[in-house]
Amino acid sequence: MLKIAKERLNDLYAKINESMGLFIPIKKAGEVNYHVWGEGKEVSLETLKTVKSPKNMFFPQSENMMKFKTEGKNIEIIDVRDEKRPFVLFGVKPCDYKAIEVLDKVFLADPVDSYYQSRREATTIVTLACSKPEESCFCKVFGIDATAAYGDVTTWLDDENLYWQANTEKGEALTALLKGLLEEGGEAEVAAQQEATKAIIDNLPFSNLDLSRFKPENLNELFDDPAWAEMSEACLGCGTCTFVCPTCQCFDIRDFKTSEGVIRYRCWDSCMYSDFTLMAHGNSRTTQMQRFRQRFMHKLVYYPSQNDGLYSCVGCGRCVNKCPQRLNIVKVIKTLGGKNND
Amino acid sequence: MKDVELKMLERAKELLASGEVARVVGWKKGDFCYDPSPAVFKTVEELENGFVYDYFCGANLSKYLIDVSKKEGKTAVFLKPCDTYSFNQLVKEHRIKRENVYVIAVECMAKLDIEKIKAKGVSFVTGVEVVEKDVKVSSLYGETTLYKPEIVLEKCAVCNKTHQVKDEEIILHERPVRDVNRFAEVEKLEAMTEDERFAFWKEQLSKCIRCNACRNVCPACSCIKCVFDNPNSGIAAKANDSEFEEKMFHIIRAYHVAGRCTDCGECSRVCPQNIPLHLLNRKFIKDMDGLYGEYQAGESSEGKTPLTSYTEEDKEPNDVFNGEAK
Repeated sequence: MLKIAKERLNDLYAKINESMGLFIPIKKAGEVNYHVWGEGKEVSLETLKTVKSPKNMFFPQSENMMKFKTEGKNIEIIDVRDEKRPFVLFGVKPCDYKAIEVLDKVFLADPVDSYYQSRREATTIVTLACSKPEESCFCKVFGIDATAAYGDVTTWLDDENLYWQANTEKGEALTALLKGLLEEGGEAEVAAQQEATKAIIDNLPFSNLDLSRFKPENLNELFDDPAWAEMSEACLGCGTCTFVCPTCQCFDIRDFKTSEGVIRYRCWDSCMYSDFTLMAHGNSRTTQMQRFRQRFMHKLVYYPSQNDGLYSCVGCGRCVNKCPQRLNIVKVIKTLGGKNND
Repeated sequence: MKDVELKMLERAKELLASGEVARVVGWKKGDFCYDPSPAVFKTVEELENGFVYDYFCGANLSKYLIDVSKKEGKTAVFLKPCDTYSFNQLVKEHRIKRENVYVIAVECMAKLDIEKIKAKGVSFVTGVEVVEKDVKVSSLYGETTLYKPEIVLEKCAVCNKTHQVKDEEIILHERPVRDVNRFAEVEKLEAMTEDERFAFWKEQLSKCIRCNACRNVCPACSCIKCVFDNPNSGIAAKANDSEFEEKMFHIIRAYHVAGRCTDCGECSRVCPQNIPLHLLNRKFIKDMDGLYGEYQAGESSEGKTPLTSYTEEDKEPNDVFNGEAK
């Protein structure tokens, strides 16, 4: 294990930035989100939950996909992607890292989404284990260990140092680049922190949610459960939960005309919206109850039934903190999940 | 507040049990002490299991009545002072069926903002006890006392509103009338240079994720189909496809609700990125006050409004543009 003193972290960022892009939690206008690092930026590794998850590093909220130019009867298709510079995604929390694995199963499965893939391949992920989980955290429910070594490199932070452990070839390469800055040591400190954090996690109020009823064979029964109506009654139909969610992956593709031809772009979409999956005949889900049900059935039943039981919720708790009317997946799990939810 | 909650619960049970109303719109307990949700109660049992009214019931319930008031039977609703302005405005716009709603005015005493409490370094909040301006916050890590004016919702910090609608009231303690200037923040923005102001909004609005929470919670945004959701409008959009787009969205929305916005503050309460959206609306309110005389949307469910009526004294657009109207 390696380590670096906290007050020298800026040197570490600067060194990475010499040869690669660096995306890291940065405070801007009062809120912490992943941004490109630069000298003088206010890095906040201590922030447990960035407002947006790091998923937009691979799956941006909006991106141009291609351009079309027409001349007479010819249509020229222009790839607007530029060479992706390698970059480091720094400070990713264990839940958010596991969320990227959920997205991988969607975007890297055949047919591969080459936009996502090229960014994913160009990235070295440095995770940051948790030491101060909050009451809205419930990653343990999904088998995630918030103290464990995930990603290409795993780091642990305490009041004095950042501890560093490379896990993959990409991680080793990044470590080699930072050789002069990192020194040996930290095993005991990390082990002690892990133990303390696990004790907190075991006692979190949502750490023992019962998911036992969310199984493919219960799909119809869950779909028809009368509780959806009541659970969704206060839902505003906004997209906050979907846009702060690290695993939500739906997008819309649109064309718009510019003076230089037509640009095709895609952007995040939300199953909470009334025009989501709108088709020529109209919309397949016409009420907010149906849209609400879709979102949670997807996370807890549809996705796992297609991915060997892997749920597409990682318990980050962003929806718990951010839903304007305080509806969230925990309330759904408690209502429908199983007998052991009080 | 506990005594008020008990009275409200008692009254709600009475109204449902007697059949006077078919449902009660109120707040339901959450998982923590600070996360109640708006809820529609249909039985006494539902009320007994989950009804709550405390310092975290900040949500404005008026907009739910657009749908609920069209259902069969009467609906009772608990409205805080600020909520009644939204209610009146929606009645004025024929969006709520007034005769189907029974309004119970309830005291407010200013609601707390859990994000502000967390920002003070208190996590794992398990309970709060309010004694005048002191808020004793208990958390898993111990107790701490915070100064209430620093941890209330923005809308409560500058509130001097009083109930504008009531079929009956449950008010056990009067909130003292205070001397507040809700335009103080707007004045600060006005004092900036154009470049500074542009930089301020650019930084704030660049955080926008277009989740539409501000629009969907807004009682003045009651269009059945928003122009931004309508694929036939030509301007439907789900993303900021350019840096300018989010500014357009919020500025257009502020224009659209101008003269109808009651300054209920819900837009800023719900914004996941904490953009001070209310300042846009408040700027419009301040300007209209200056141009057409003081007006508070939602004070009445009838009468003319400054932007939808004409008088010969109305300022000409040029005067406004050249700043002569101030």
